[in-house]
Amino acid sequence: MKDSRIRGAEIVIKSLVAENSEYIFGYPGGAIMPVYDALYDYADQIKHVLTRHEQGAIHAAQGYARVSGKVGVCMATSGPGATNLITGIADAMIDSTPLVCITGQVASPLLGTDAFQETDVVGFSMPGTKWNIQVRRVEDIAPAIAKGFHIARSGRPGPVLIDITKDAQNALGEFNYVPCLGIRSYRPYPKVNENSVAKAAEIINQAKRPYVLYGQGVVIGKAEEELKAFLDKSGIPAACTLLGSGALDEDHPQYVGKLGMHGNYAPNMLTNKCDVLIAIGMRFDDRVTGDLKRYAKQAKVIHLELDNAEINKNVKCEVSILGDCKESLPLLTEKLKEKSHQDWLGEFRKLEEKEKSAVVSLDLLPTKTGLTMGEVIRYVNDFKKDDAILVTDVGQHQMIAWRYFKYKTTRTQVTSGGLGTMGFSLPAALGAQLADLNRQVICVVGDGGIQMTIQEFGTIMQTQSPVKIVLLNNNFLGMVRQWQQLFFDKRYSFTELDNPDFVKIAEAYNMKASKVTERDNLRDTVAEMMVHDGPYFLEVVVEKEDNVFPMIPTGCSVEEVRLS
Amino acid sequence: MNRYTISLFTENFIGILNRVTLIFTRRGVNIDALTASESKEDGVHRITIEVTTTEEQVIQIVKQTEKIIDVIKSFYYKDDEVVYQEIALYKIPISSLDPGLEKVIRQYNARIISAEKEFVVIEMTGHKEDTKALLEILKDFSILEFARSGRVAVAKPMGTIEQYLNN
Repeated sequence: MKDSRIRGAEIVIKSLVAENSEYIFGYPGGAIMPVYDALYDYADQIKHVLTRHEQGAIHAAQGYARVSGKVGVCMATSGPGATNLITGIADAMIDSTPLVCITGQVASPLLGTDAFQETDVVGFSMPGTKWNIQVRRVEDIAPAIAKGFHIARSGRPGPVLIDITKDAQNALGEFNYVPCLGIRSYRPYPKVNENSVAKAAEIINQAKRPYVLYGQGVVIGKAEEELKAFLDKSGIPAACTLLGSGALDEDHPQYVGKLGMHGNYAPNMLTNKCDVLIAIGMRFDDRVTGDLKRYAKQAKVIHLELDNAEINKNVKCEVSILGDCKESLPLLTEKLKEKSHQDWLGEFRKLEEKEKSAVVSLDLLPTKTGLTMGEVIRYVNDFKKDDAILVTDVGQHQMIAWRYFKYKTTRTQVTSGGLGTMGFSLPAALGAQLADLNRQVICVVGDGGIQMTIQEFGTIMQTQSPVKIVLLNNNFLGMVRQWQQLFFDKRYSFTELDNPDFVKIAEAYNMKASKVTERDNLRDTVAEMMVHDGPYFLEVVVEKEDNVFPMIPTGCSVEEVRLS
Repeated sequence: MNRYTISLFTENFIGILNRVTLIFTRRGVNIDALTASESKEDGVHRITIEVTTTEEQVIQIVKQTEKIIDVIKSFYYKDDEVVYQEIALYKIPISSLDPGLEKVIRQYNARIISAEKEFVVIEMTGHKEDTKALLEILKDFSILEFARSGRVAVAKPMGTIEQYLNN
């Protein structure tokens, strides 16, 4: 009889195929070579993207996961390959991004001996992963992968890491893939408590100035329609967090803007004027709340949240509704009275006008000579489709792009929110594009961040991903410089950059590239970029020392949001 | 700051203790004592951790331990909500054996569990305050070695992990 056993390495690939994984973002090396060898025969069933650094691989997997809603897969070898994933793991953990990271490991007899490229990646990644495991036996490979996918995508998603020793990859075993449907010790979807829902509805129905804050939980829970139905019936004004952007069409009549340190003026100010605060799938990050001691103290807080550890963590709530908001929102909506809050909404609009004249018009329709980041985004808006995806890095450009990009539909926002990882955007944009080749992907990046992962130009070209890269170049680490200006007496300690010729770099990778320094050709060049069939790099030289406003300085209350 | 007992019911997998203690480390909460054992349920492991901190911290820590995939359920209790016990061993040189020691052993309900040529080992179970009091006294008897276990505890409230598992 023919031996039906196959190598562990092939089991890895077949397991990924069984999970319908479309892409592996990875980088080969000694301890993962058997898996790469097996992969050679599966090119028709699963695609592999060779990034130029393992950090690029994991950020690409994150971009892919955020746009597709599926689990992103990345792969690296042992030692440095594995440790290069750590930043992305931490990023995916804090931003709830589902990932399965597979790392090769030295053969099990060598474990603990400081063998070549041995590192305790399970130990390294233990506090940063949702779950991790080291597999040393071939028969444990498929069950570990099945469990990993289940954990990564269910409940509050997150990264898992599966470390597989080389001897397990080489050993022969039977392949019999059984998807993981549940784990005794893990209950990802707590049952919604109807009493809490009733109590919340009662409070909302009596509210005079209720206010909704929505976050990425709505996107992860695919509850965009449920959110809209809730708002339509209740008439409550709604503001979003950084990662919640896109969950609601910004043209919705009750949409009032963005929260947080560089969010909009009205949503921050009026947080301390509402009587009921309804937080949906968000975690009251310090960048949203400012000083907690002076945050919404007058309001009764209702928190709809899937992760029990987030409830009462930062903000104490009157009622918590633990569970998936896809399930809890309709239950709540059903119990609400139909209402409109025009006067209350009017207060937001009034403050919005104030922000428009003090900040927005100067950003979008500048009269000074230097180009602003805001006007670049304005032109991007002119040529983008509703479902275009904005991928940003970290810093001033991120906040400006977020403020002015027009979010019309869901899964259009890919950025490093919680961790603030510079270098995230270029590889994440690649992953985002591969998740959907029919959607426009615009990567907005600063001159600091782009140089952290600039080698991924190579991957973008090799995959011919038609990403539009917009570099907003102020020759500064702009956000740090802004803080130095405002809070460190203009002592610009190590924030100015002598930059290379970015266009030449892009061209060296054979990428179509242009550079804009004057307002006159900005619009046309953005237009050219947006219709270009293929990857495109656009550098815009912007005003060197522009600041992002509004701003809530660290330690200040949301009411102390500054317009200048 | 109060003393709390945290009871975790977990799967018995490699690294579980590491995962649990990382949460305490991250929040800068010191573990006063820790014990691990099997539980009544087959395959369910229990870890008992004693900490001195605020109730707010304990609540957060308990919730975060519950996020660990292999943790089935975590509980926390104030001292009056658990029945707990610790065991202490005292190694005393033979030369210290005298009627005074016998009196102390009786008074503290302790017992000699091992007698060797050069020393005896006294055992006492009780709360930390009691075993510590005996330690202080035995210092006058030239005590050679002292060791105390972490707390083992059962909860006074009647809900059980079994009910949770079957729910």
